[in-house]
Amino acid sequence: MSSGSSTSLKLEHVSHHFGSNFVLDDISLDIAPGEVVALVGPSGCGKSTLLNIFGGLLQPTKGHVLMHGEPRSDCLNPLTYVFQDFALLPWRTVAGNISLGLEGKMRDEDARRERIGEMLRLTGLADFANAYPKQLSGGMRQRVGIARALAVRPACLFMDEPLSALDAQTRTLLLEEFAMLIARAAITTVYVTHNLNEALRLAHRIVVLSRRPGRIKAIVGIDLPIEARREGDPDLVVAEKRLWSMIRDEASAADRELDDAR
Amino acid sequence: MRAEVLVPFRAAGFSPRHHAWSGVATLALVILAWQGGSATGLIPDLFLPSPLAVARALWRLTLSGELRTNLLASVLRLAVGWTLGTMIGISVGIAVGIFTLARSPVLALVSALFPIPKIALVPLFIIWFGIGEGSKFATLAIGVFFPTVISTYSGIDNVQRNLVMMGQSFNLSTWSIVRKIMLPGALPSVLAGFRITISVAIILLVAAEMIGADSGIGAFILAAGNLYRTDDLIAGVVILSLLGLSLSAILTRIERAAFSWR
Repeated sequence: MSSGSSTSLKLEHVSHHFGSNFVLDDISLDIAPGEVVALVGPSGCGKSTLLNIFGGLLQPTKGHVLMHGEPRSDCLNPLTYVFQDFALLPWRTVAGNISLGLEGKMRDEDARRERIGEMLRLTGLADFANAYPKQLSGGMRQRVGIARALAVRPACLFMDEPLSALDAQTRTLLLEEFAMLIARAAITTVYVTHNLNEALRLAHRIVVLSRRPGRIKAIVGIDLPIEARREGDPDLVVAEKRLWSMIRDEASAADRELDDAR
Repeated sequence: MRAEVLVPFRAAGFSPRHHAWSGVATLALVILAWQGGSATGLIPDLFLPSPLAVARALWRLTLSGELRTNLLASVLRLAVGWTLGTMIGISVGIAVGIFTLARSPVLALVSALFPIPKIALVPLFIIWFGIGEGSKFATLAIGVFFPTVISTYSGIDNVQRNLVMMGQSFNLSTWSIVRKIMLPGALPSVLAGFRITISVAIILLVAAEMIGADSGIGAFILAAGNLYRTDDLIAGVVILSLLGLSLSAILTRIERAAFSWR
């Protein structure tokens, strides 16, 4: 995968409520082409809601999303998601799951098979092409999730806590892989997480949301190139401390709230 | 108090295992006891003919071709009636599972009509569709239709919404989502419904044949009863049991093939 995405995204005054439960309050945000933005915030702050609004999976109560810039000609699905719970079809093999987004759009069977093979190699799944999701570990399942997403050459990638269903060790391993994949593909990416470490590892900018109703509390830019970031880097440690001090009180207060949304 | 106590194992039981041979042995034992009872005169022949007498009757009916004619007539009715009811039931079930417009109206009708014993309607069906095959097909089809609608739409209801949303995030067409996500997801429930509808169909088949038919296992059993030919009667019942068993065995095969991913 070479040349990155030239698509930018713009949230304009987005508010959302589920019934009487106000989740998001007047959020405006610009995301540059090829930029990786992490959305962080306490649980229940509406991060995932905002991500679904970004890609048109949820109609916001107020406001809208604008997409700017023509997607590349080989883009089969401009706005593509990677889900927290993987959302794999259990009756399809790994190859079959990756194929789903290509079917109907890539008519040439050989080209499709070739693309699937490319994605299998890219994500280290080559030996698992014919395995069913049930046979795979959580980490392997999410590799299928990212392979399926990258296979359609998206203009924008939306990742909804893609690592939070995994154990800590798998998460560390996969985070490195994802950081490299995202950096290399240079796709405009919105990455939702509650894990500051993940955000610091792979985002150009980190958007901190307040607790419900979610508002943008701060935006922190990380200048260090994604490829050059290492665990324990002094700049990252300082940034993490700063972010945590911002979120800490919010998270503590959010923890004591009754969750009406559930 | 003693210093050391052996910790006893307390989690035994509650995990019944399956032994095919013990099931077969039970059946053999019952037949053996029955034969013993008949041979010693404990069971009068008119009340319940011995297994040997039933076997002789079966052999005689096979040789005379009577069995073949009646079985063929019954199997044809079963096949046409069940297939008709299943196809219409699945189509309506899908509609109920997907379209708001179909849901409440159809469910109201199903709830109102499902509890009616279809046997009570057989005389009406004879008026509507004639005394011939038409009324038999209709009885079976209607009896099969309602449970099929219920198993299909509840299967579709149980397809995880996140899989549907995943399909939408890849811009799959409505028809693709139905075909690639909804239907495979609902298949376990639909096939479980088949187990019920096959039994329902056999019960209705016999009832319909007893009310107005001159061929078929049901008609044969009724005629044998009227003539106090209890050996023929039981032979007919054995055939019905074997019919049910073989259909259920076929279904098990289909399920195994269809759900290798589970």
